Amino acid sequence: MELTLNVMKRWLVTADEKMQNHKEYLSELDQAIGDGDHGHNMARGFQAAVENVKENTEEDIGSLIKAAAMTLISKVGGASGPLYGTAFLKASDEWKGKDSLSQDEFTKGLEAAVEGIKTRGKAESGGKTMLDVWTPVLEYIQHHDIAASDLSAKAKESMQQTENMKAEKGRASYYGEESISHTDPGAYSSYLLFEALAEALDKEEA
Amino acid sequence: MKKFINNPEDVVEEMLEGMAAAHSDELRRLPGWNVLVRKDAPLPGKVGLVSGGGSGHEPAHAGYIGENMLDAAVAGEVFTSPAPDQIFEAIKAVDSGSGVLLIVKNFSGDVMNFDMAAEMAAAEGIETAQVVVKDDIAVERKEDRRGTAGTVLVHKIVGTALEEGLNLQEAVELAHHVTSRLGSMGISLSPSTVPASGKPGFTLADDEMELGTGIHGEPGMERKKIQPADAVAEELLDNVTAELDVKNGDDVIVLVNGQGSTPLMELYIVYRKAAQLLFERNISIHKSMVGEYMSSLEMAGCSLTLLKLDDTLKKYVT
Repeated sequence: MELTLNVMKRWLVTADEKMQNHKEYLSELDQAIGDGDHGHNMARGFQAAVENVKENTEEDIGSLIKAAAMTLISKVGGASGPLYGTAFLKASDEWKGKDSLSQDEFTKGLEAAVEGIKTRGKAESGGKTMLDVWTPVLEYIQHHDIAASDLSAKAKESMQQTENMKAEKGRASYYGEESISHTDPGAYSSYLLFEALAEALDKEEA
Repeated sequence: MKKFINNPEDVVEEMLEGMAAAHSDELRRLPGWNVLVRKDAPLPGKVGLVSGGGSGHEPAHAGYIGENMLDAAVAGEVFTSPAPDQIFEAIKAVDSGSGVLLIVKNFSGDVMNFDMAAEMAAAEGIETAQVVVKDDIAVERKEDRRGTAGTVLVHKIVGTALEEGLNLQEAVELAHHVTSRLGSMGISLSPSTVPASGKPGFTLADDEMELGTGIHGEPGMERKKIQPADAVAEELLDNVTAELDVKNGDDVIVLVNGQGSTPLMELYIVYRKAAQLLFERNISIHKSMVGEYMSSLEMAGCSLTLLKLDDTLKKYVT
């Protein structure tokens, strides 16, 4: 599977559409165990990132993703801005100068992204965070040829599993046991991001 | 939602415009940034002092810009950490070449954004150090404790010391010394509403109060039936004195902070009891502060902060 510059652009555009469409729902999830602004922050950030992409005439994936990262860092705010921003920034380093990515090259970027999230958030998987989607998605991509439908299903299933976890990080952790039985908003927005990737790939194949 | 605003998305911008206009003798705004800086910054030879965080805690933090306090304050969206590029602009604006100390309240977003700003500063050759305030003793694990009203005392003491010429490393040590002797606990009667969401952050029954809430309405230790002010003061004081091991003969600063919509009258009633109890326990009050220092929009409630003084700290308390 080749991920072209076009697929990557479509990924960002589709992710923005999803963040806009799920803005209220993400904020509702955040209202339960956070401060209720996750959807608004993500929608604001991805909208700005995509405006930037449309103006972006860069011909390589690294610069495209780096520009998106910088916009997310300055526009999302809160904890999600640095986390999503760092993830994209680390990945963009691996994709520097490339106008198309093999699955191996894509995987390297995703590995760097996951490491970036762990370091920035001082977090590990299992703590009811976005990592609980990113890590299983990475493991899936490391061991399988990417099929769009499986990628989307893996992200969804991982997001759903955060419902039964106890929050260890961020504001949700103050809720302790009460955080159980709520889906993590960061895991949900990460699911949307990977579902957007699956859809971008699907369109390319069609 | 009933508020004096124009558009929810404009509240931070319009507040900053208002603050800059009202206090133009003390501070100025960095054009295009959500950053207010002391008018005469950077001060030659002085380590810069920067703080910030989500908006909605006024007067924190821009209200603490001035001599013996902050050189700059960075304002995020309401209850949301500012982004690294904003913080980086503040650092650049106040750096005189002697480095910049960042005072950060312990929230994961704030810590990460200030970390990234520090990395950006390092890449430009500006030395920074970060001190994270974790004064909210309602959270059990020390490393998870939130930053609350006690942060103001860190601004004040470290700010005074920096004016007297401490270097960056000495300032970091002093700030850690302050935070190790600092504790706060809040209690709330009703929630606040973030303008962008339009919904209250939590709900409490008319006859309930919540002990140990954070400054964004984070959950506390327990909910119970509302009690008289004296009982509230005693509970807060007992918890904080126990945590800090404040004993007979100690000297403290007492800060009774209003969370936004609690009248000063009530804050003084709470302070009164706290002061009586301290007197009975032979703990002397070196300085008293009663008022809104770290508010939470229109949340009703208060918090009590103690700073246990020693000779080092007394030098910087004016």
